[in-house]
Amino acid sequence: MSTTAEEGKQQKAFGWAATDQSGTLSPFNFSRRENGDEDVTLKILYCGVCHSDLHVLKNEWGFTSYPVVPGHEIVGVATKVGKNVTKFRVGDRVGVGVLVGSCKTCECCQQDLENYCPQIIFTFNSYNPDGTKTYGGYSDMIVVDQRYVLRFPDNLPLDAGAPLLCAGITVYSSMKYYGMTEAGKHLGVAGLGGLGHVAVKIAKAFGLKVTVISSSLDKESEAINRLGADSFLLSSDPAKMKSAIGSMDYILDTVSAAHPLLPLLSVLKVNGKLVTVGLPNKPLELPVFPLVFGRKLVGGSDVGGMKETQEMLDFCAKHNIAADIELIRIDEINTAMERLAKSDVRYRFVIDVGNSLSQ
Amino acid sequence: MTGLSEEVRPNKAFGWAAIDTSGVLSPFKFSTRGTGEKDVAFKVLYCGICHSDLHMIKNDWGTSIYPLVPGHEVVGEVTEVGSKVQKLKVGDRVGVGCMVGSCHSCDNCTNNLENYCPEMIFTYGAKYYDGTVTYGGYSNTMVVDEHFVVGIPENLPLDAAAPLLCAGITVYSPLRFYGLDKPGLHVGVVGLGGLGHLAVKFAKAMGTKVTVISTSPSKQKEALENLGADSFLVSREQDQLRAAIGTFDGIVDTVSAQHPLLPLLGLLKSHGKLVVLGIPEKPLELPAFPLIQGRKLLGGSMIGGMKETQEMIDFAAEHGIKADTEVIAMDYVNAAMDRLLKGDVKYRFVIDIGNTLKSIS
Repeated sequence: MSTTAEEGKQQKAFGWAATDQSGTLSPFNFSRRENGDEDVTLKILYCGVCHSDLHVLKNEWGFTSYPVVPGHEIVGVATKVGKNVTKFRVGDRVGVGVLVGSCKTCECCQQDLENYCPQIIFTFNSYNPDGTKTYGGYSDMIVVDQRYVLRFPDNLPLDAGAPLLCAGITVYSSMKYYGMTEAGKHLGVAGLGGLGHVAVKIAKAFGLKVTVISSSLDKESEAINRLGADSFLLSSDPAKMKSAIGSMDYILDTVSAAHPLLPLLSVLKVNGKLVTVGLPNKPLELPVFPLVFGRKLVGGSDVGGMKETQEMLDFCAKHNIAADIELIRIDEINTAMERLAKSDVRYRFVIDVGNSLSQ
Repeated sequence: MTGLSEEVRPNKAFGWAAIDTSGVLSPFKFSTRGTGEKDVAFKVLYCGICHSDLHMIKNDWGTSIYPLVPGHEVVGEVTEVGSKVQKLKVGDRVGVGCMVGSCHSCDNCTNNLENYCPEMIFTYGAKYYDGTVTYGGYSNTMVVDEHFVVGIPENLPLDAAAPLLCAGITVYSPLRFYGLDKPGLHVGVVGLGGLGHLAVKFAKAMGTKVTVISTSPSKQKEALENLGADSFLVSREQDQLRAAIGTFDGIVDTVSAQHPLLPLLGLLKSHGKLVVLGIPEKPLELPAFPLIQGRKLLGGSMIGGMKETQEMIDFAAEHGIKADTEVIAMDYVNAAMDRLLKGDVKYRFVIDIGNTLKSIS
């Protein structure tokens, strides 16, 4: 929260927004707060296109407040820093992920788990304490409290690194929390999209054996040859699924479409863990007996706190992990959204904001 | 393994068995194997009636082999031990729970998790190594491999200890495994039956604050005054549910009927855990958002390994934890099953085998 005398003053900003449930984006003028004592202002260079952006654009979760400027995989360069800002200087390569505020005092915030704070402020489609709306990274600049700004390591490319700010932390945090990082153990990654492909890379860096579980046979070659997975399991082949019963220690389920859990639970060993990070908007069908008979668990996880997000970026920089992206111009965003709805992207669109967004 | 080289079961025994899916039990003569070098033979004194017995006699799960002699909450007194038996001797008070065999070599067995061994053998209705079917504790005598027999300390009355062998371990194991055993944590128990009432007692003994979550307001007095729960939440009361949102570290769900998970997930704090022990007939609906937004988890559990079962018995003895039972005569068993179906028991029937199972001429 900024505490300057200029609190309440706004400055011009420009981006692309959707104004109704069609989700169609178009140029949009709006305003942001002036840079306060705790704030960092970013000139936005790149912004990843997360599937959540699409869900919110079309109000699929029912809580969209239009007009909405999406985008929470934001990277850029610091152009201003408030007088209390110690971690960043003008010119630093910086990023902003899924949240831009929290209460800072609750148990979760005190434990570096700002992402679970009941008063979390999301980067877009949320409200600041002063009542103004938050707008995301499909825009030219953003002003963010330093606590919620990440430092982008030098050897991490800005464009391919942007998706790490949501996809990367989502898989990294879930794997660490549920103890799915023991070298030599067998991890299944269900779904090979934005989350899934980053999960394969991060899991390999942890020394896990990785099997990609997918219903699309044409992803097999990609998974193994390009992403480095150890094997591929075709979930639509009952015989293959049967032979995989009880073979995996963990499964990271990145699939957001509704899907049955029983086949995945069967593939787990006793004491196996299924962690769901895709956000299906309908409840999943959960047969209880495999959980009981095998002491298995189903857990969820949602991005990560700021400390862990920085840790994840540093980990990815060390292991040369970045997303596989398709760079697009801002005026191609609506076509990109249509393709994203059909999962027609390998594996994240990233908007070249710096070079293509202009009034 | 018994070491028998032929399929001989030389010892006459008698009990009550169901002979078809009506589930009606009646006197039944059978034989047990001889006491092998690792076996313990004991005279059965009491046997708890578990809801699983009811499912099995009616073949609800499609796996029943008739004639079926149920009973896996068995306590008694040792009458004979094999030459290699080390832990137990004649006269000892012992108990047998849900298993009488496992492979002893897989990862699970090596880690004291015989209950998850793919070759685990159930105490009744299962094929034993000698090819015969296992018969449970609704009978006068049993012969069991020492590995699957626990000792019952003197200060635990046998009738009240019997239900610990299934219900007790079923709630004890997940409280430990899911870390819901730390003093000061707030634990909810859903369902107040055989499992639920013991969950309250164990959780309290572990130092947690316990809230019973139930659809029946009539159970409140029981829960608070008799079982020692700290509070009671009527899950049908929206106001009570709303006020309790995000206040539980963990919830142990013992209900096997279909029921919605969303309210229970909402009761959990972030990073909270919902443990499911009852097995509903159909899959439940799991809303993913609450799991994800609060990093919550839902896990299952099934009885416990032998080491942990002994640990649980010793813990119960140390803390004076006994099941609340209604002791019945053997010939009341069919009426008891009818009442159990309606949940009409506080909270476990226990058959007084020693005094009321009459031999069959």
